[in-house]
Amino acid sequence: MEMEATTERLSSKQTKGHFTEKVLTAVLSFSALLLGLLFPILMGFILYVNAREAIHRFGFVGFITNSTWDPVAENFGALTMVVGTIISTFLAVILAIPVSIGIAIFITELAPKWLKPLISSAIELLAAIPSIIYGMWGFFVLTPIMAQQVEPWLQDKLGGLPLIGQLFSGATTGVDVLTTVLVLSIMIIPFMTSVIRDSFDMVPAIMKESAYGLGATHWEVIRKVVIPYSAPGIAGGLVLSTGRALGETMAVTFLAGNTPQIPKSLFDSFTTVTVALANQFTEADTSIYLSSLYYLSMLLFVVSFFMLALAKLLVLRLEKRWKV
Amino acid sequence: MTRLAKVALLSSALLGSALALEVTGAGATFPYPVYSKWAYEWNRATGNKVNYQSIGSGGGIRQIINRTVDFGASDAPLTPEELNKHGLLQFPTVIGADVLTYNVPELGKRVINLDPKAVCDIYMGKIKKWNDPYIKQLNPNVNLPDRNIVVVHRSDGSGTTWIFTNWLSKVCPEWKEKVGFGTSVNWPTGVGGKGNEGVTNYVKRSQGGIGYVEYIYAKQNNLPMAKIKNREGVFVEPSVKTIQNAAAFAKWDKSKHFYEVLTDQPGKETYPIAGATFILLAKDQPERSKKATTFFKWAYENGDKYAEELNYIPMPKDVKNLIFEYWKENGIAP
Repeated sequence: MEMEATTERLSSKQTKGHFTEKVLTAVLSFSALLLGLLFPILMGFILYVNAREAIHRFGFVGFITNSTWDPVAENFGALTMVVGTIISTFLAVILAIPVSIGIAIFITELAPKWLKPLISSAIELLAAIPSIIYGMWGFFVLTPIMAQQVEPWLQDKLGGLPLIGQLFSGATTGVDVLTTVLVLSIMIIPFMTSVIRDSFDMVPAIMKESAYGLGATHWEVIRKVVIPYSAPGIAGGLVLSTGRALGETMAVTFLAGNTPQIPKSLFDSFTTVTVALANQFTEADTSIYLSSLYYLSMLLFVVSFFMLALAKLLVLRLEKRWKV
Repeated sequence: MTRLAKVALLSSALLGSALALEVTGAGATFPYPVYSKWAYEWNRATGNKVNYQSIGSGGGIRQIINRTVDFGASDAPLTPEELNKHGLLQFPTVIGADVLTYNVPELGKRVINLDPKAVCDIYMGKIKKWNDPYIKQLNPNVNLPDRNIVVVHRSDGSGTTWIFTNWLSKVCPEWKEKVGFGTSVNWPTGVGGKGNEGVTNYVKRSQGGIGYVEYIYAKQNNLPMAKIKNREGVFVEPSVKTIQNAAAFAKWDKSKHFYEVLTDQPGKETYPIAGATFILLAKDQPERSKKATTFFKWAYENGDKYAEELNYIPMPKDVKNLIFEYWKENGIAP
């Protein structure tokens, strides 16, 4: 009698548990679906609707290969901005990778124990600085130094070389590709570093110890065990920081010089998609102008999507290779 | 019981706020300081409120077209055709001007003379050096150095750019043909700074820099300002008087909804790169428009001193009277 009652109570409790579980599952999957799937689709759709006028007028190839941006003549092309975005992101990431790996190696392998948390949190705090501060620092502090010291020096030393000499030609104003890339890379280093550091930390001690056992030096262990083993982590850091660099607006607005041209030298001023959007949205007075800006943001949406997808694919492939 | 009291209190508060006017507006950033000052003083004097959002002229125009605000504000006037198409009315509030500021270390704060051709050629990228014979000939007593000119313009869309390029289009045929005018244009040369402060900083930082900024901004920051040759052939310094002259000599026309650009206006003592900022009202919403004109009537009658404190140039008296008549004719007088 008593036993039956207990089982009954138990089973009723269980069904109750099932019920909450079901509700919770439903709510959570709904939220995930909404945010993860529907929201981007909706966003893309809204961008498309607003950009329709420009899409009809300029077409895809016409828009993306046109390097003119002339609001007066209502002739809009995205080439200079898309190229500017890709160049600045690419160079900043390239610059940030070795530095981040270096910092991560120092923190995980070389630094004395008491210094580790100190440096780690200092680097992470860099990520907390608002981008406008980076922009202002870059503009007021870094640009004069670049314009008066660094760039003339670079031009003097490297400007005469064949092929790469072209990269260091032109007037040294300090508001150009080089300064922008430098600041952008400083901005993305914290993201990259913390991801890479975590993956270095996850290298099994047994692997490192066996390498030491085989007679490897400290440097050999880092180069041949730690870095290859953490390749997916490094790629992951790449993804995160690419996303950040792609969308960065405020700092770039200060430093890029905002000229819609394809930079031929590191000392040329340029512009990016986000900068053009931030600069021009408020005063875009004709509908085709506004629509072209929407088209531009749609392009950024697509470019970011593909770049991140590409990076994600890289991570997956690397992970597969290491999961043998 | 307490709930009842609360409801009573709330409804009386709502009633109270319904009695005071509440005007909403959106648009141009250039007149924002003076509009908010007027709004503050108007609120102190009458208890009425103005909620003005400086989202930019483009946004202001869109919002009044969609009738989401009581008034829109734009730095550039809309043409009578555009106004009629969207059922809008328009009138000017205050005047501003663009000045050319420069940074040539050898000159310091010395004032230089520039004429339309010089400015046009500099911004077309044809005059590249400060000691170009053409600039030299305009400034016979100034020892201009052999320095590259660094051309600076606005990177963001702006009424300041609109006024500057409009003036260039009027006085320089080549500019009109190749570039034209607008809140942002396809610049033949130069780097772009964001806002007046961006342009100023680029100019200050690059030796040999030249850029155009709002008169107010240049005045407040004590920047050197070039004298510009007007259509009568006189080199005129930008000042409250010379800028107001532009509005005084202009042919304001009620039937054209005050569509008048203050660049290149006649008069010996008229500064040529001036421009008014405008208010847009919905013709089909007289009640809402009347709320806005109540505010602006107060501002025209009591607000000049606040505008001048902020270095804005108020409308001449005749123009104000013309605006009052315009309101009456269109049935939106307060």
